[in-house]
Amino acid sequence: MLEITEGSHAVAKAVKMSRPQVIAAYPITPQTHIVETLADMVADCELDAEYITVESEFSALSACLGASAAGSRTYSATTSQGLALMFEVCFNVSGMRLPVVMTIANRALGAPLSIWNDQQDSISLRDCGWLQFYAEDNQEATDLHYIAYKVAENPEVLLPAFVCFDGFILSHTYEPVDMLTQEDVDRFLPPYKPVQKLDADDPISMGMYATPDYYLEFRYEHDQAMKRAKNAISKAGKEFGEMFGRDYSALVEGYRVEDAETAIIAIGSLCGTVKDAIDEMRTAGKKVGLLKIRCFRPFPADEIRDALSHVKRVAVLDKNISVGAKGAVAIEVRDALYGKTMPVLGYVLGLGGRDVRISDIKNIVSLAESGKGDQFYGLRTEVL
Amino acid sequence: MSYDEWLRQDRLPHIYCAGCGNGTIINCTLEAIDGMGWKKDETIFVSGIGCSSRAPGYIVTDSLHTTHGRALPFATGVKMARPGFHVVVFTGDGDLAAIGGNHFIHACRRNIDITVVCMNNQIYGMTGGQGSPTTPMGALSTTTPFGSAEPAFDLCELAIAAGANYVARWTSYHVKELTKAVKVGMETPGLSFIEAMVQCPTNYGRRNKFRQVLDQVEYFRSHSMMRLKYLQHEERGEPVPDATIVVGEFVNRKRPVMGLPK
Repeated sequence: MLEITEGSHAVAKAVKMSRPQVIAAYPITPQTHIVETLADMVADCELDAEYITVESEFSALSACLGASAAGSRTYSATTSQGLALMFEVCFNVSGMRLPVVMTIANRALGAPLSIWNDQQDSISLRDCGWLQFYAEDNQEATDLHYIAYKVAENPEVLLPAFVCFDGFILSHTYEPVDMLTQEDVDRFLPPYKPVQKLDADDPISMGMYATPDYYLEFRYEHDQAMKRAKNAISKAGKEFGEMFGRDYSALVEGYRVEDAETAIIAIGSLCGTVKDAIDEMRTAGKKVGLLKIRCFRPFPADEIRDALSHVKRVAVLDKNISVGAKGAVAIEVRDALYGKTMPVLGYVLGLGGRDVRISDIKNIVSLAESGKGDQFYGLRTEVL
Repeated sequence: MSYDEWLRQDRLPHIYCAGCGNGTIINCTLEAIDGMGWKKDETIFVSGIGCSSRAPGYIVTDSLHTTHGRALPFATGVKMARPGFHVVVFTGDGDLAAIGGNHFIHACRRNIDITVVCMNNQIYGMTGGQGSPTTPMGALSTTTPFGSAEPAFDLCELAIAAGANYVARWTSYHVKELTKAVKVGMETPGLSFIEAMVQCPTNYGRRNKFRQVLDQVEYFRSHSMMRLKYLQHEERGEPVPDATIVVGEFVNRKRPVMGLPK
């Protein structure tokens, strides 16, 4: 049923219907509305879960790790510095192959302090072995939580997942969202059946030493699971589409890219602005298209290569910067297109909440057409 | 009194909500500093994240606005590098007692020569009123909609047990006493911990039946009991109401200190 709802509330409802058994979270702007709503739901007995008001993000994810190891479906949400504080535990959760799902309301990292949106936080954790989904709008943000749990808990995968949506831009925006019913969700997402869990009758140890004789193999298995996740995502996304009409089987999604000469690659809410810019540029006779990356981990290199083999140039928009290199997405897209001759040009933009408008996208396409790229876009040179 | 001179007039007005108690605590601290005769270029403020931690941004001296909960380790670094400087930490209950709890007890254990002023509003104010480790049992917050089910920390007892040389608690009602306590804390070598209970009308008061700002200040007045009187009650085995706010100087001692100028 269509509801006009705030992004955070829509996500909280999706989480509730996913029936997590343990939620642990620490307040941080702009994630708070999600977890406050969940706290209300637990207090009102709408959701049968333990809600733990922990003392830090480190403790939040640690509690989720423990609860997941004990066999529960678990949930947390954070952003920015909170995610940075979870860094150590993120590797532990994924290394123990525990399917925790966590919402990231993407926000810039300090210093300087910023509560506004970019994607530096989750992109900086690209190497920690979690699935990473990015939502363009609140409908997608909502739906991706069901898919995230389904894929994460798939015995072929068993990896934790970030569901990322842009802080404030989506989290605090009211949009129409088609909410599933509890019956729908229960049909799609059955109760969590752990492959293994802490069990006094059948004791196991998790997270023990792996000596140099074994460690490399653990990492290999981890990477293999991430590769298998591609199929699991496609399968879950297709099943979701068949059941509810919104197909998420593709890890990347094209918009007017089939005959494009310039392809823009973007992640998250920026894609909506890019689509509007493309429509205007198409009307003006420019062949521009978008390839949206919905799933950044596993990275859809083959899908990007297949979708863009015909274009003359690729402009990659990064709301992050790997300082000293480029935007992380540009680096990986260039790797995916290795051997192709078209230029792959990166643009770092929108950091710390700087607005990106349709005119900016048009300017970037002009820059790409003249071969200028691998640069920050939109700098206020007067303050430099 | 010239604490106005310590404020960055160009950064005013501040971001604090109408009725917030933090301004009172900042003024008391600056007045105490003024009384100490400290120079602006020898005084450094350090803070973490939260409403309290915005304070150094309004003060003319050098300051470090750091990560959530970590003001004390950052301040320790500053003090060890420049022992001749006066280091003051502004922090809050969420910053100090939750995410930074570990650093709090270790700074007290080391007894490093800094002054810590904690604005305890019993809630995470800046993020919109979630329950913190000093939210009283039964108090309402956005994450404890039917009342907190966990006991709250007594920050002063924690500081004493961990080893701080000077520990005191006052409230935003007790302006003169608080100013004096901060000054005595600054005069005392070692870690001085001054807890200042503050009203948060926006996120604590309105959820907990303090309909007016002054209702909560009046609550602080009427529910405060001097530490000595409290100890007398305890000695005689007389019950003290749960909601009592014990105020006064808790400890003033001479444990070995770290970070003094050589």
